[in-house]
Order: sequence, then structure tokens, then C-alpha cells
Amino acid sequence: MSEHRVRFTLNGAPVERTVPAERLLLDLLRDDLGKTGTKDGCSVGVCGLCTVQVDGAPMSACLLLATQVDGTALTTVEGLAQAGHPSPLQDAFIGEGGFQCGICTSGQLMAAAALLRDQPNATSAEVSDWMMGNLCRCTGYYGIARAIAAAQKQ
Amino acid sequence: MRPFDYVEPDSLDEALAILAGDPDDTVVMAGGTSLVILMKQDLVRPARVLGLRRLTDLRAIDTAGGLRLGALATHGAIGRDAAVRSFAPALAATFAAIATVRIREQATVGGNLIHADPAQDPPVTFLALDATAVVRSSARERRIPLDELFVDVFETSLEPDELLVRIELPELPAGARAIYKKFLPNTRDDYATVSVAAVIATDAGGACTHARIALGGVGPVPLRARDAEQALLGRRVDDAAIKDAAALAAAATDPIPDLRGSAAYKRAMAGVWTGRALREVA
Repeated sequence: MSEHRVRFTLNGAPVERTVPAERLLLDLLRDDLGKTGTKDGCSVGVCGLCTVQVDGAPMSACLLLATQVDGTALTTVEGLAQAGHPSPLQDAFIGEGGFQCGICTSGQLMAAAALLRDQPNATSAEVSDWMMGNLCRCTGYYGIARAIAAAQKQ
Repeated sequence: MRPFDYVEPDSLDEALAILAGDPDDTVVMAGGTSLVILMKQDLVRPARVLGLRRLTDLRAIDTAGGLRLGALATHGAIGRDAAVRSFAPALAATFAAIATVRIREQATVGGNLIHADPAQDPPVTFLALDATAVVRSSARERRIPLDELFVDVFETSLEPDELLVRIELPELPAGARAIYKKFLPNTRDDYATVSVAAVIATDAGGACTHARIALGGVGPVPLRARDAEQALLGRRVDDAAIKDAAALAAAATDPIPDLRGSAAYKRAMAGVWTGRALREVA
């Protein structure tokens, strides 16, 4: 019932919106801000489709109230491209067949981008452990693992 | 999700005052990973949600008199913390293996304990490490040993006007070895079918001087297997002693049948995994 002014940066640009207390971050992004790259999957934080980075940390936008990102720096998949060109990680997903249907891809990219930043030399076991919560029903994960390994070498 | 009023105080005193003013219609939110799902599923219908995210003092981790974890420390922060790792590697490992990286970045230790889900990981390791919950209301502070915190599924012994502010762990006995193991037959981010934490210390002759065995997922609350601990004290922790303790640990469980197995299967697995945990710390 209460309404709240939330201010944060979205992919570097300042955003200011008034939201009802129960507004989910996922709905704010997709419906209010038109950032539909963040997908809605299981809605209970399990599948990883809605992975975004809050101050760099990967989180599920379906489990966050919009009020919880007030004052943070938020990154979505739309923030990965640099000057209109896909990032090296995105290129690696294309080059290595890191996706088929594509529904999980933005979440995979957001999780993998955080890993590449925090643990650039992660072993394949560490990559697998980190990425374990981003489900994919097409690739069998081989293409995703190849893409992340290729991006690590860049 | 049903509409609610949201308040986000800047200080603990302010939070406690809000809670004291209307304890029965106020639900406290730490990281929100559990509460947001419960609200989405209409299982919790709060008139008011009290968000704690601005109480940044409660994120602190320090080693005063053992280890103190602020209630708002995230699972990820605890799992990565050098002081936690040096205090008890098993504790850091417990937090580093909860659910997925996303949950670990959002969920907090305090929220985890107060949610009181008997299948969660941290309470089991905390029980074996003799943890104490420190809770505050606007009128008082009190200390609750962890085995008195959990009352039933999703139910703790906190009063409605109380907030969990930190968890305290005493130094382990010299030479004690600790471990947390979980049985995950499906996926690594699943709830454990059975989980076991064990702490063992022995004297120079190899006789057990300190034993803690705690189990998760096999009863309405995480539990201490006290008979199994007693069976080890004074003995060498050898195959025969471990077999006795594992049988007593299994007997201490009270599991419900669900998708992860029948009650009898879970009880049997509690014995198997207690034995495996004890062999690693013997």
C-alpha cells in the first residue's frame, strides 16, 4: 500500500521511479523500464533466467523487491555490450554455441560476467560450481562451458 | 503479491521501536529470499514489512571471544571471510555451498535462522559449534542457545517484538576437527535429503574428549544427536565407536516422508552420513 521513491543506476544511467512496496525488481525492469532482456522463468529464484548484478553481485530479480535496489548500481544484460558491440563474453557465446533457444542466455551471461570479473582464472570445476544455478534445457551446458573457457582466454 | 506497507529504518533502535509498536502485523525482512517467495505464494500476508537493509552495522563479522556473525552478513560474505575460514573451515564451507551463488549474495545468516526451515544448512553446523543467538527487543537483550531457538517447522522461540542481531560461537576445543556434509542425490542446489555436522576432539591417547553431532532435514527442527555424542566420549573414535554413534544418530531422527525419500530411508541415510562425517574427523 505504501509507495516508495527508488533511485539507482541501471547500466550506468540514473533511474528514478515511484513504486508500490510490493513491486518486484523484475517487473520494474521489464514492464516499467522496458528492459526485457531479463527474463521471467521459475519466479522462485531457482532457474537463473532473471539473473542481474546488484553492485556487481549476481542475484535473482524475481526475488528482489524494487525497494531493495534503492541506492545500488544495477547491471542487466543490456549493459554488457560496449559501444554497440557485443562484449567478448557475448561473442564467445555466439562463437561456441553457448545457446540454442536463448531463453536462459541473458541470465547465463550475467552470471558468467560476474565470474569472469571476480575469478578470472577459475578452474572448470569452479566455473561449473558458480554456473550451477543457471539452468539450460538446450545445450547440455557444453557450449556454455566452452564459451566461458574461451572468454577466460581473451 | 498482496499490497503491504514497507518501512526501512536507519537504525536498530528505530527498527525495534517499529516492531514493538505493532509486533503481530509486522514481518521482518532481511535478504528477502524466503519472505518474497512466501508472499508471492500468499502463504504470508503481512500488513507491514520491516526491511533491515539499512542496518549495515549488522553485517559485521568479527572474532571477539570466538566468532561473531552479524545477523545481516550474507551467506556469500561468511563463506568468503578469512576470519571465518580460520575459525572453522567447516563453517565457511557450509555457507559457500548453500543453494546457488545468487541466493548466497542476497540471503543472510539471520534471515536463514529465523526462517527456521529444518532442511537449511547453517543451523546444523551452528548446533555442532555450540552457537548462541543474540536477540534484542526495545526492552531487553537475551541470549538463546541454538538448540532452544528452533521450536517447530518455520517456528522459533523469538517473541514477536524481538530481532535476531548476531550469532556468537565460542572457540573450539584445542585440536577439534569439524565437518559439514550433505547428502544431495538430485542437484547440488537442492535441499539436502540428510545433512550432518560433526565436531570431534581427542586427547593425546586418542580418547574422545569432545563430540558434537547435529543433523538437518530429518525432523521438524535441526537436532543434536546427544546419545550418539555420549557414546563417543572417552572412547577411541574407531570403526566400532563410529558404528555405535551412527546407529544412535539414526535413532534420534524423526523424518517425514517426502519426494526425497521415505522416513525409513532418511533415517537409514542419517546413520550412513553420520558415519561418513565421523570418519573424516576421527
